[in-house]
Amino acid sequence: MSSQPHIEPSTGDVAHIEFQHVRMSFGTRRVFDDLSCAFPRGKITVILGGSGSGKSTALRLIGGLVRPQAGLITVDGEDITRLSEREMYHVRPKLGMMFQDGALLNSMTIFENLAFPLREHTQSSEAEIADEVHDRLQSVGLSDIDDLLPGQLSGGMTKRVALARALMMKPIILLCDEPLSGLDPISLRRIESLLLDINRRLQMTMVVISHHIRSTMRMAERVLILLPDGAVSGTPQDLQRSEDPRVASFLDLDASIELTVAPVEAEPARSGRGDSK
Amino acid sequence: MNLVRSLGTVTIGFVEELGRLAAFSAHMARCVITPPIRLRPFIEEVFKLGVLSLIIICVCGVAVGAVLGLQGYNTLVTFGATQSLGAVVGLSLVRELGPVLTALLATGRAGSATAAEIGTMVATEQLDGLRMMSVDPVHFVITPKALAMIVVMPLLSALFIVSGLFGGYLVGVHLMGVDPGSYMNSLQSAVDFSDDILGSLLKALVFGVLVGLIATYRGYKSEPTSAGVSAATTSTVVIASVSILIFDYFITALWGV
Repeated sequence: MSSQPHIEPSTGDVAHIEFQHVRMSFGTRRVFDDLSCAFPRGKITVILGGSGSGKSTALRLIGGLVRPQAGLITVDGEDITRLSEREMYHVRPKLGMMFQDGALLNSMTIFENLAFPLREHTQSSEAEIADEVHDRLQSVGLSDIDDLLPGQLSGGMTKRVALARALMMKPIILLCDEPLSGLDPISLRRIESLLLDINRRLQMTMVVISHHIRSTMRMAERVLILLPDGAVSGTPQDLQRSEDPRVASFLDLDASIELTVAPVEAEPARSGRGDSK
Repeated sequence: MNLVRSLGTVTIGFVEELGRLAAFSAHMARCVITPPIRLRPFIEEVFKLGVLSLIIICVCGVAVGAVLGLQGYNTLVTFGATQSLGAVVGLSLVRELGPVLTALLATGRAGSATAAEIGTMVATEQLDGLRMMSVDPVHFVITPKALAMIVVMPLLSALFIVSGLFGGYLVGVHLMGVDPGSYMNSLQSAVDFSDDILGSLLKALVFGVLVGLIATYRGYKSEPTSAGVSAATTSTVVIASVSILIFDYFITALWGV
């Protein structure tokens, strides 16, 4: 795997990703008016917020999938707001993104999905690629699913395969769009511990969108809450102690909702290849 | 005044859309000459768009040829010119019906499927997933589909024409009793290779470009919802069909094909 591009993170900045006075709207719908926030290097930052508050948009802005109307976004010290799509292709190897529903290529098997970025961007031999794919699958607790198609996986497995694919190019920043949504408690804890493990082992900067307050409090080192009239950030402890009525009501409201909602998906019986459909 | 304003808004919207389509086409043209060459996806698309359309093209070709043979015979018999049936069927199919009907059939079968497939990839964030892996979705997904459409359209059109000639022969010769030698002789003498056959293939090529471009563009720009996919599919069929008929007129008028 020596031919694989190695991303060297720039050093010095505490903030690995930074938003400065970002304004973003879709047509007449304004998402961010003047958002400024920072995502510290090597830490897990969880973004909380109600529906339509711009959580996914923030993640897509970091990935350069959408561009802000005004303001500055820096990723690993580089201003990405002025970069063309072609120039973004040189920044994105630093980023791994785990999409909400996996975004795996439906026409490819799981093996091909994971091998795809290596085949595209490295000169690795097929044997090296196979080793890398199986290592990555094992690191997320999966094996013997090479020939399955994405449609044959359960929700929990899809999330784990998506996580494995996001890590294939050894990014230094991991963006996770609702990795815990739609999962039963067992799968939820499994993904949560995987993310924590990856963060501790690789010191990877992570930005995670979540609706789960309890899991956020367990996992996050920083929390960013997107509110209709601005954003609030701090450590989980800071926010729990916050006297800001907006923060208190958001955390209370979300916690009570979480306690009343039943698990969306039950974990299927194990069949020798992890959690199959 | 409101009417003028509305007309202006519609016109500006139309011109903007044309501009976006032109930029999309230029992007795709760049992708064609930019390595790596996506041979495997291209061959898969040729199979999906071409090979899987063979039956519908053959069946429709035979049916249209049979109707032409029947109508042509009924008209020619009143002038005592049934020996020209081969020329009537051949020229109608080669110059007009072959490329146009093939393009309309391909739009309904393959164009709509292409738009729906790309639209679904947009809705399920598969194309964004590619972008996050620094892979241009236009290069990897869109261009092979559009190129395949351009390549298969003349081939399908040729097959449609051959099937139509066979259908016309079946009805004219075996059902209506036209002399087989007269049928083949009038066909051979009426259809010119450079004027008719090449012109027909050129028409089919232009239609292939139109359908390929419209289907991929509508799918790529679709809203990331199920309603968006549905709208992209419908608009592909409508816009491509209308464009085919309009372009057919201009090609015929300007190039005499």
